Amino acid sequence: MLKTRIIPTLLYRDFGLVKGVGFDSRRAIGSPMQAIKVYEMRGVDELMFLDVRASIEGRGPDFALIDDLADECFMPFTVGGGVRDVDDVRGLLRVGADKVAINSAAVADPGVVRAAADEFGSQCIVASIDTRRFGAGTATVWTHAGTIDTGRDPVAVAVELAEAGAGEILLASADADGTLDGYDLATIAEVCAAVGVPVIASGGAGNFDHLVAALDSGASAVAAAAMFHFTEQTPLEAREHLRAAGYPTRR
Amino acid sequence: MHPKVAVVDYGLCNVDSVGRALAHCGASPFLARDAADIKAADQVVLPGVGAFDAAMARLTELDLVGVLTDTVLGEGVPFLGICLGMQLLAATSDEGRPRPGLGWLDAHVARIDPAPGERVPHVGWNEVDTTGPSPLFADVPPSTDFYFVHSFHVRCRDEADILATVPFSVGLTAAVARHPIYGVQFHPEKSQRHGLTLLRNFVGLR
Repeated sequence: MLKTRIIPTLLYRDFGLVKGVGFDSRRAIGSPMQAIKVYEMRGVDELMFLDVRASIEGRGPDFALIDDLADECFMPFTVGGGVRDVDDVRGLLRVGADKVAINSAAVADPGVVRAAADEFGSQCIVASIDTRRFGAGTATVWTHAGTIDTGRDPVAVAVELAEAGAGEILLASADADGTLDGYDLATIAEVCAAVGVPVIASGGAGNFDHLVAALDSGASAVAAAAMFHFTEQTPLEAREHLRAAGYPTRR
Repeated sequence: MHPKVAVVDYGLCNVDSVGRALAHCGASPFLARDAADIKAADQVVLPGVGAFDAAMARLTELDLVGVLTDTVLGEGVPFLGICLGMQLLAATSDEGRPRPGLGWLDAHVARIDPAPGERVPHVGWNEVDTTGPSPLFADVPPSTDFYFVHSFHVRCRDEADILATVPFSVGLTAAVARHPIYGVQFHPEKSQRHGLTLLRNFVGLR
């Protein structure tokens, strides 16, 4: 049986890993190389690395950095942040990314996803979608690390990007991010019901029950950053918890 | 002692991680971009990310199809295709514009038809079971999880070519073998401990 993936996420800014709340006021939590070595040793299912400031600063990906980091990765490695076009995707795949996440550029122009999927196959293109709903409001899609509201419906954007050829949807709640209060389950459920590709839930995980809730809402995989960085809960224990809840995980 | 393994670099994919994993397994991997490179190899690995038609177009453009066929089928140099590299062993594919594959196996590549509740691509860790003993899977326990990420799968017309299967959709071909031709649909270079065992086994083949 296909195992449920638990994906630690590394958020990177200005030479260090960071973690904040609501995509803001992030604080440094150490060197990415060290974190990757630890996760490698623990045999995690997959690792995600997002350069959170690239799009805001109008930068592309830092290929030299990814090249160095990928050297330590004998596990599946997804890279995102500042990916603008097919050349950026090619560049990241060449230096060692297994999958490339495209966010702002994909939402602005699904043609970027289509072109990348045509050349490299859907299976390595992840459409990354950030949402905010400000409490009980209607969720909309935000780009540039959650700073620009497109006003668009997450379901419509997810369907559009899946049709364009994205092999997975990384669905992150910018509100829930870093709160440890749980994922935006309503948006996860709506998007999962609307697309046929796997959806990775992201943003808000604080305990193992939150992971199970996201899977119950239809997610195929669960990503977490703060939960693994700031609490004593580990991806290994998460596996056991998910298994007990009926979701198969790696042994 | 350190077999020279040609990692075919046709500009489409991540050759780094395959090379690093092979080096870790005691091989001397090098990037192969032309006929002379292929001829110098003790073993050949064809990695691959991307679309079937685009990959065959690149191999043809680089004039590698003939030399690969001579080296592997003619001289019996062990060959391992990984992911798309395994799919290219087939004669035909539904992916992209119609273009013949290497055709070393009597097989066709088709899009995965998901069972109820499944999503395509097939992405993540899934258990692999062999159809019989093989040196490629020596020391790999039954039902070991390997990392998959693919939307298409290989359908062998000759069941004897199927070396391992994975429980997804109708039950997909996870590995093929007809010595010296080997192929794995999963990514051993990304499958941690057991992936490295499999690559070490391949490097030991003659």
